[in-house]
Amino acid sequence: MLTNERRQVGRAVPRIEGPLKATGRAAYAAEHSEPGLLHGAAVPATIARGRILEIDSRAAKVAFPGIVAIYTHENRPDAAWLDRSWQDDTAPPGHTYRPLQNDRVLFDGQPVAFVVADSFENARDAAALIKVIYERDVPETDLSAKLAERYEPPKKRNGISPPPEPRGKPEQAFDEAHVTISADYFIENEHHNPMELFATTVLYGEDGSLTVYDKTQGSQNAQKFVCNVFSLKQDKVTVINAYVGGAFGSGLRPRHQLFLAVMASLDLKRSVRFEMSRRDMFYLSYRPAMHQTVSLAADAEGRLTAVMHDTVQATSRYEDYQEVVVNWSGLAYRCDNVKLTYGLAKLDAATPGDMRAPGAASGLFALESAMDELSYAAGLDPLELRRRNFVHFDQNENKQLTSKALRACYREGAARFGWERRKPAPRAMREGHELIGWGMATGIWEAQLQSAKARVRLSANGQVIVQAAASDIGTGTYTILAQIAAEALDVLVEEVSVQIGQSDLPETSVEGGSWTAASSGSAVDAACLAIRQRLLDLAQKDKASPLKEATVEEVVIRGGHLRLDVDPKASVAISELMARAGETAIEEEGEVGPDAKQMKKFASYTHSACFVEVRVDEELGLVRVTRVVSAVAAGRILNPKTARSQILGGVVMGLGMSLHEESMIDHRSGRIMNHNLAEYHVPAHADIHDIDVHFVQEFDNKASPIGVKGLGEIGICGVAAAVANAIFHATGIRIRHLPITIDKILAGDKTPTDRAA
Amino acid sequence: MPSAPPSLQTVPVTLHINGKRHDLDVAPWTTLLDLLREELKLTGTKKGCDHGQCGACTVLVDGVRINSCLSLAVMRNGAEITTIEGLGTPERMHPMQRAFVEHDALQCGYCTPGQICSAVGLVAEGHAESRAEIRELMSGNLCRCGAYTNIADAVEDVLNQQQKAAAE
Amino acid sequence: MKRFDYLKAGSVAEAVSALAAHPKARLIAGGTNLVDLMKYDVEAPGLLVDINGLDLKRIEESENGTRIGALVTNSDLAYHPGINRRFPLLASALLAGASPQLRNAATAGGNLNQRTRCYYFYDTATRCNKRQPGSGCDAIGGVTRIHAILGASDSCIATHPSDMCVALAALDAVVEVEGPNGRRDIPILDYHRLPGETPERDNTLSPGEMVLGIRLEGEASPRHHTYLKLRDRLSYAFALVSAAVDLKIEDGVVRRARVALGGVAHKPWRDLEAESLLVGRVPSADATDAFIARLLSGAKGQGGNDFKITLAERVIRRALRQAAAGTPQLQHEKAIA
Repeated sequence: MLTNERRQVGRAVPRIEGPLKATGRAAYAAEHSEPGLLHGAAVPATIARGRILEIDSRAAKVAFPGIVAIYTHENRPDAAWLDRSWQDDTAPPGHTYRPLQNDRVLFDGQPVAFVVADSFENARDAAALIKVIYERDVPETDLSAKLAERYEPPKKRNGISPPPEPRGKPEQAFDEAHVTISADYFIENEHHNPMELFATTVLYGEDGSLTVYDKTQGSQNAQKFVCNVFSLKQDKVTVINAYVGGAFGSGLRPRHQLFLAVMASLDLKRSVRFEMSRRDMFYLSYRPAMHQTVSLAADAEGRLTAVMHDTVQATSRYEDYQEVVVNWSGLAYRCDNVKLTYGLAKLDAATPGDMRAPGAASGLFALESAMDELSYAAGLDPLELRRRNFVHFDQNENKQLTSKALRACYREGAARFGWERRKPAPRAMREGHELIGWGMATGIWEAQLQSAKARVRLSANGQVIVQAAASDIGTGTYTILAQIAAEALDVLVEEVSVQIGQSDLPETSVEGGSWTAASSGSAVDAACLAIRQRLLDLAQKDKASPLKEATVEEVVIRGGHLRLDVDPKASVAISELMARAGETAIEEEGEVGPDAKQMKKFASYTHSACFVEVRVDEELGLVRVTRVVSAVAAGRILNPKTARSQILGGVVMGLGMSLHEESMIDHRSGRIMNHNLAEYHVPAHADIHDIDVHFVQEFDNKASPIGVKGLGEIGICGVAAAVANAIFHATGIRIRHLPITIDKILAGDKTPTDRAA
Repeated sequence: MPSAPPSLQTVPVTLHINGKRHDLDVAPWTTLLDLLREELKLTGTKKGCDHGQCGACTVLVDGVRINSCLSLAVMRNGAEITTIEGLGTPERMHPMQRAFVEHDALQCGYCTPGQICSAVGLVAEGHAESRAEIRELMSGNLCRCGAYTNIADAVEDVLNQQQKAAAE
Repeated sequence: MKRFDYLKAGSVAEAVSALAAHPKARLIAGGTNLVDLMKYDVEAPGLLVDINGLDLKRIEESENGTRIGALVTNSDLAYHPGINRRFPLLASALLAGASPQLRNAATAGGNLNQRTRCYYFYDTATRCNKRQPGSGCDAIGGVTRIHAILGASDSCIATHPSDMCVALAALDAVVEVEGPNGRRDIPILDYHRLPGETPERDNTLSPGEMVLGIRLEGEASPRHHTYLKLRDRLSYAFALVSAAVDLKIEDGVVRRARVALGGVAHKPWRDLEAESLLVGRVPSADATDAFIARLLSGAKGQGGNDFKITLAERVIRRALRQAAAGTPQLQHEKAIA
């Protein structure tokens, strides 16, 4: 537990790096420079499958004398041969894509050449003049045409649980049930599109060392990748990601801008920057298309008697990318007859990647839409149906839960939303041309703790430095680490300097999965505890110390003093302790990791209840989301301000998923056609009304040492289903295919327009 | 007609950026955004799409907000340009910058300079009174972190402060 | 972006002669469309003629009408008191388009000449008759969500993306151009063209001609108008379908009806004969049905945009109701009246 319950933790502290960001002083990956810096640009493949026959760079070289190098598969400098050298901490099983490796084109937009020139414009414009001649194969990019070729991934992805074995007799229970529903749900590819362009700036040192500013969610993951792929010693490579302009999972794996920039820098012995174009980013990573079938059965009281959930998810030809999609359906509600199945289908596309609540955002769309359908079939209020099926343990793994305040989410969320005023029948609420609908859904995400270290330094003058190789991708990491240290050491947040985002700082896993606050926060807390222990040891060297008999649990740090918690008079000045020991500062490391013993018995999840109001102009097919209440149970809330923002962000991305986002592929060519922010629509200001975020109290002393469960993903979980359910309530039209665009509302329950060829 | 081969041609341009005069020789294909970021190292102005589709590159030109990525630097000869760096410093923030920090109207921070310059432009334009108008007239600035409601709060706060100051 | 020469034009005459002398010359004003296209290598001018120094930035009002200089920005036009008084439909359409930043830079002349948003036109790896005449059209049979339902050809199914031009079409604007052979007026309905076999030509400007301004005669309806735009998000997106309506109603009877559609064709779509079916009658569902049947009689989907036929029908219906009722759509108001 946190060593000091006073003041800083739980306070709505404005983010400490806010002034730097708001004044343009925070420097991102492409914003580091030095004289003579070279600029790179990639030539993207314009086919989705085939071979490169010829690359003609003559015109580029004639037009641009400023070209320093052009790399293709024919002249790429050597890099590691073994797959494992290319596999980073988050890689799925398979053969990791290697830029410029050979003449094969595996996906639309694959970089087939890399130009390095003296200026950004010259690199970009020379790249445009490079002509590539291909031998085209017929690409297969349409998941719906590949369902029959589904397969179970032969090798499990690290950290991703395959579906549990079936339990009970789900088929039989379904056939015998009082009420059943079964339906198919679809989602299309969605792209992360963080606002910052992916970029790497490599500064080449005189001694051949590299300082690499990379857009990544893990500086050490990127550093290991660079060292493995280029056979470099760890001490020659420092990766820095002090500011990351959003990532949402797209920055977990090292991306090809890192490889290409480092490759060119090593080859040319020059500093090189490669900043991708927005179009390039459509070829990196995406939430994969899925086809899901959910079958639910219930008894006369609405208790679930069977749950079956099957998913076929797109992956690439070269990697078995996996998410946890269907498992949620086995643990969200009480049910003894469950069958969960999950398969992949290979497409001629880049490997998909984790995108905010990977698996859960998609899987819960299907499950929670199906629960809504069941509620109408059973004649029950959708919220009541969920309450009746509440479960207090993890039936998939037969484990206890560390905590689950979901009932409070239902209760408090419903009260804030005014759910009790809902008229049960669809099409019952109207204002002007608009039908009004209220829908809800449950959200779940895993609360995880990863191994993490942190170093804390307390100076005699009360200044504190916190160090860890953690990342802040907009999540508030800087701020909450400062708060934790400030509270433990009883200083002001302003007196804490947080140094993160650099690979030579204490070891931390990638920033993802909502685990950073719990993991790095606990590590900082542990380091502060170690400082307290050191101070106590120093105090106890003095035979006359008032703390002579005290244990570390009995002492606290208050106002620059170490003292007994119960007796303020039994106190020693920290400056005096340090002076006596001849020190000006005390520095300690803290370390945390998952507790294997506890994990055998307990599972830990965050939960939410999401309530949505839509207004649907049925004649015009226009949907507006006018109210959202997201009630979240996520353990301890370190900072209500930044925590709320995390949920807001999840909800907004969930609204994009519901109504706008789809990467449109021309399946004849296998190419993404709306590869820009004008035609790939993310929500704009006008789309987003006020969103009410509510944290219910949840005390959890097992999820992590500081009681935190994490917030990055839970905000998006359930949102798409809540929107689809609200649209059904408004109109009586059930849309099972995201995004819910005008054409789908106009088509009503009919099969929606097939967008592509 | 110009006679020099195109790729060698530069054009003399004078820009007044954040109150400072810059006499520059600029290639005509250099955008105002690339000039700011690459040449002048004013990297507070962000490149999010480079095609006028996101608003991250918003700056104030003669007090008016525009997308610097779609403006060639040569087209702005003689202009007064204010970037995020010119609005305030971390120690002395512009009221809009302060409001963004207070309302947590930023997360990753990458769209933030564009949002703030846009919001300052919005206030100067004087066409936004209601919340709906703020939302509509801030719609040229995408935020993928989803800070929209907090941004609207920050802008509304500054508008209210201004109205109050004007009434007093 | 291809390299180019740059010329700052000191006069209209200089700009016109530069245009006439260089077949690959392009004018640049706001740059919001041209610079975008140049970065994608869709446009590659050999000479860029910067006309920002020309005296074409005025909005002149007289008893007969209003003259809008080619360099008036979309914002200045949208918020101009005279335009809001005489042609509120135009102001509304402008505010429905793009974003405040883009409107602050984009000009009236540039908006007239903005090019299609067809995904295939923008992607140089595809075949596109508009970008590269004679190469073919990969949009046909491809991703066609944003494509034309009216007036398309086997060569091109692109749409014109402007909102402003839809209002100008409804208001019977006149485009003033100057070229090597002097000045001439082009009625807005003749300014943009259908693709036919030559989709590389968006409009009827002759080589070397440039837009000097736009003229609007008299006044339009102060009440009975609307600009209604449907799109894939609530702002900062191009129209799937839009409608500009201007009605003259006297004693409850429609005396003049002007309806233009956006997002559906290679040009703002108007059908004067169809409009006559609305005239002389009180606004009614019957009259509207007859009008829509006629207006959309040739509508044909491309697969992915089939829904736009239904959507167009309904947008027109709603827009006519709004205009007749004198309750024009406010662009920041997202509930559609």
